[in-house]
Amino acid sequence: MAAASQSVFDLLAYDAPGWGGVMLGGFYMSLKLAFGGYFLGLAIGIGGACGKLYGGPLIRDLMEIYTTLIRAVPDLVLMLLLYYAGTDALSQLLALMGYGAVDINALMAGIFVIGAVQGAYSTEVLRGAIKAVPVGQIEAARAYGMSPLMVLRRVTLPAMLPHAIPGLANLWMIATKDTALLAVIGLSELTLVTRQAAGSTKAYMLFFLAAGALYLALTLVSNVVIRLIEKRARRGLVRTA
Amino acid sequence: MSEPAAIPAYVPPKARSLFEPHRLVLMAIFAVMIFCIAWFMRWDWIPQYSGKLVSGIGETLLMLFATTIVGFFFAVPIGLVQVTGPKPLAWLSLVFCTVIRGTPLLLQLWLLYYGLGSLFAQYPEIRQSFLWPYLRQAWPYGFAALTISFAAYEGEVMRGAFAGVPRGELEAAQAFGMSRFKMFWRIWLPRAVHRALPTLNGETVLQLKSTPLIATITVVDVFGVISRVRQDTYLTYEPLLLLALIYLCLTGLLILGFRTLENRIPSRGA
Repeated sequence: MAAASQSVFDLLAYDAPGWGGVMLGGFYMSLKLAFGGYFLGLAIGIGGACGKLYGGPLIRDLMEIYTTLIRAVPDLVLMLLLYYAGTDALSQLLALMGYGAVDINALMAGIFVIGAVQGAYSTEVLRGAIKAVPVGQIEAARAYGMSPLMVLRRVTLPAMLPHAIPGLANLWMIATKDTALLAVIGLSELTLVTRQAAGSTKAYMLFFLAAGALYLALTLVSNVVIRLIEKRARRGLVRTA
Repeated sequence: MSEPAAIPAYVPPKARSLFEPHRLVLMAIFAVMIFCIAWFMRWDWIPQYSGKLVSGIGETLLMLFATTIVGFFFAVPIGLVQVTGPKPLAWLSLVFCTVIRGTPLLLQLWLLYYGLGSLFAQYPEIRQSFLWPYLRQAWPYGFAALTISFAAYEGEVMRGAFAGVPRGELEAAQAFGMSRFKMFWRIWLPRAVHRALPTLNGETVLQLKSTPLIATITVVDVFGVISRVRQDTYLTYEPLLLLALIYLCLTGLLILGFRTLENRIPSRGA
């Protein structure tokens, strides 16, 4: 029995006969996708929230359409659409510019897809957080003669951070789990790699449980880090409840 | 007696009109886009697949409602034991929620379908049992995965809702001499569900958006039908656009339904 279980866990060994290295590679890919997509989404979100709050009527309406559409359609469907449309548009653009057929980096495409989806959600989170900043603070900054960008950088963004962190933390969790959906598109991140490993060794339970442990570890570590960030962002605030 | 002078009802600040100039322009642009999509893309496959599409939508909705309802029944005890204890049970359900919420649904689905499925097939006792014809199909695994996931997310919501019911109301129920069960059934559960209702509605919409995942284990929901269309016709965008439209409509209907439901439940104005 001991020998048998020994041989089963050998499948998780790092080197070639085992799949451990491949799985860690997939995990690294998932991490890159989650980080890239999350921060792209955050950038879109800051732009979107400012557009919704301070933009003209046209920009507001366009932002509203963007967030409503993205939030009403399943992520999986959106990812398929954006993946094909995005890569198609980019390759046609490159062809127009005379580069000929170019293979588009799967990682970049994946980051773009996750970022576009996350952007809609973080727009809403950041909009709510910015609205929670007392208007007087922003007015005071304006009275000092700060330019709008400086108001954003020095006052609005730092002041809204404590309000935004719970929502943003939630979004980070969603981003890490959304990377798994890219397996359906064929990006070799953790879930797809796991399925390949499981399929070729027939040790389904072992590999899926191992992948689950990796995802769970990521979540738990993220939780700790988020708690630290939250503590830092809330320093100096009156504790509620 | 004369009618008291009608107090003017509170009129919320008027929503901006739909017919402002820039909106008219936007609408014109979208109309042109929709016309182009309808005119220049290939839609001749729709009549051929319309029957399958309708049954696919039915499957999606069936999965949605079955898993949310069953999942909710699991969520109530999961939330409740975390508030009341006993400690080991509370700890167990906390671990359950953390594990399920900390791993992707797709992975859980594949773990159940490929992992448990292959495990079941190894045991002749299971292969000969009356359950085997069901266990060979894909939908029980999809159903199980979606139910477990909904129960975990909802258990967390219900924990907060149970904990948030004011103590005074429960004490009042006790003072009336209600038994613990009656107190739970008449006061604690209804108040908790009432508090959790907006979140529950949001979670149901999220659940609708998770259902397409079951197509990856060969359950033929609307996403599965569309994947089939894409394989048959070699079209990339048209089926996906139609799919997005279908989900858009389903989400809209769901939200509308919940809004009417919420308006029918009396709550003290806040």
